[in-house]
Amino acid sequence: MRIVFKTSYDADLGLFVHRYQAFWYFLLLAVAVGLPFAMNDFWIGEFALMLIWAIAGMGLMLLVGHAGQPSLGHAAFMAVGAYTNVMLQTSLGWPFVVSFPLSGCAAALAGALLALPTARLHGIYLAIATLAVSVLAEDGIVMLAPWTGGVSGIFAPDIKIFGMSFNRYVNAPGFYWLTLGVAVLVVLGYRNILRSPLGRSLVAVRDSEISAQAVGVNLARTKAVSFALSCGVTGLAGALMGHFAGVFNHETFTIFLSITLLMMIVIGGLGSIHGAFLGAIVITFLPLAISFVREFLNERFGTASVMPPGIETAAFGAILIAFILLEPMGIYGRWIKIRTYFELFPFCRRDMFRRQRGYLRTERIR
Amino acid sequence: MSLLELEDVTISFGGLTAVESASFAVNPGEVFALVGPNGAGKSTIFNLVSRYCTPSGGDIRFEGKSILGCAPHDIPRLGIARTFQNIELFEHATVLQNLLIGRHTHRQSNAISEILHLPGVRSEERRHRLAAEMVIDFLDLQPYRESLIMGLPYGVRKIVELGRALAVEPMLLLLDEPASGLSAEETDEVAFWIEDIRQVMGITVLMVEHDMGLVSSVSDRVLALADGKTLAIGTPQEVQTNPAVIEAYIGLGDDGANE
Repeated sequence: MRIVFKTSYDADLGLFVHRYQAFWYFLLLAVAVGLPFAMNDFWIGEFALMLIWAIAGMGLMLLVGHAGQPSLGHAAFMAVGAYTNVMLQTSLGWPFVVSFPLSGCAAALAGALLALPTARLHGIYLAIATLAVSVLAEDGIVMLAPWTGGVSGIFAPDIKIFGMSFNRYVNAPGFYWLTLGVAVLVVLGYRNILRSPLGRSLVAVRDSEISAQAVGVNLARTKAVSFALSCGVTGLAGALMGHFAGVFNHETFTIFLSITLLMMIVIGGLGSIHGAFLGAIVITFLPLAISFVREFLNERFGTASVMPPGIETAAFGAILIAFILLEPMGIYGRWIKIRTYFELFPFCRRDMFRRQRGYLRTERIR
Repeated sequence: MSLLELEDVTISFGGLTAVESASFAVNPGEVFALVGPNGAGKSTIFNLVSRYCTPSGGDIRFEGKSILGCAPHDIPRLGIARTFQNIELFEHATVLQNLLIGRHTHRQSNAISEILHLPGVRSEERRHRLAAEMVIDFLDLQPYRESLIMGLPYGVRKIVELGRALAVEPMLLLLDEPASGLSAEETDEVAFWIEDIRQVMGITVLMVEHDMGLVSSVSDRVLALADGKTLAIGTPQEVQTNPAVIEAYIGLGDDGANE
């Protein structure tokens, strides 16, 4: 176990706890940047998809994991991002570097608008209200067919950055590096939020609304800000997803996408940036793993119907149930437990992470 | 001029009148205690001052200005901080983070500069940290700085909540049963802290407390309540010997006179 000797308050304000941690993260970043040199286009595409999931997951994580506001409507905000991005490029001819940030802004605005009427809702009620948004968005895309292409969908143009034109098929590494860059920027912004008063006010709203007010946190405004930031980031992921898919329609952004996003961050571990990435890895590579197993079984036994279609959904569901029952802290929570075990070896106690019973809390004054 | 003034404040929940025309004034620099049996309306008065409830009649003034037009989150900005009877801490955060959240009213940076972590945000963070460390020093919370609230014992949580209210740097501190559930030693510590809060930090204290020992040792004036009605107001000795107060606590003697 490493003891960090802190000699100034800045030691707690840095991005990394100590320089060895910084080393590992920079090594990870270097590996991520160098990945396209070691893989074929298919795998680079899959990793780009994983990063897009991770960006969307970070957006949702901010809202669910840190501000404590459950949302089942984030597919709608991915849609807002994806459609705004493509429409600005095709209808107005704006370049990607302008349309991409604006698509995030549009989704953020939509999120803030949703937060205004739902600021007084909690838990399951908020989940249902946002669920309705998800359903509405699907219909909205169809109804706004003149702009969105409705059922027949809309084509995402090639991304043009400073004269370079590419899409995920022609220049897979380029697309991958673009998503990597966005993901790194989002991680930095997220980390900055967490070490600032804004991040703390989100935690305050999550843990106790009544005492958040008692220290001067404006609930409605904080919720609106958290919705705006969360939906904005998810909108950026949506815009990238649009380019990744190439063509998309109302069926790309269904309620199932919202549920998948929520599942992803729960499996990954609520309340941490790592959780968003770990969840994204599971969401991206589990279908691949299942199809590999399927192929392997087919080769081995020659039975084409060993695994029925829809096995991915069933596997996701089973994994989610297993996590909620066995490891509510998600993959990242499990990792922390394993790390602590080895750091303290042999002094780690079994009950170290057992949650204490919450003491009686003030009756909520509403 | 008195710091906090309640004038004829009445509130009822359905048919129950929780507080009936309560009028009292807290002077700057004093420790004012509210006592009374359970259900007397003490915590309701706190919730009225924190603006979680709105009175059906009367007026509440802080520094001469009515606060009935304020939202609950405006109250700490005016200079009123409070603790809760049943601890309301941010459970999944560390002690230090809880104290830093208490600094929220002193936040000057905006969301955009915080996302970019501009230099101004960092220097402001250092100032907040320094203020939080002063509170940690004052309340001897050093061993728990990085511990999550979830795993802390009740007594420490109680003190962290006091610390969070102090981090607001208020003019008026509302303490809702600061010694409930604490051991005799811890209660003594609380008494010392309240003295220091008043004398060293110059903060006025309004508190609800059942421990009459603590009340009489630290408070200048006491208001006794029962069933929402004001029974007596005065020094701790005056209130403790007031016949109406004795009746409210232990009832009348067999012959109808006070024992």
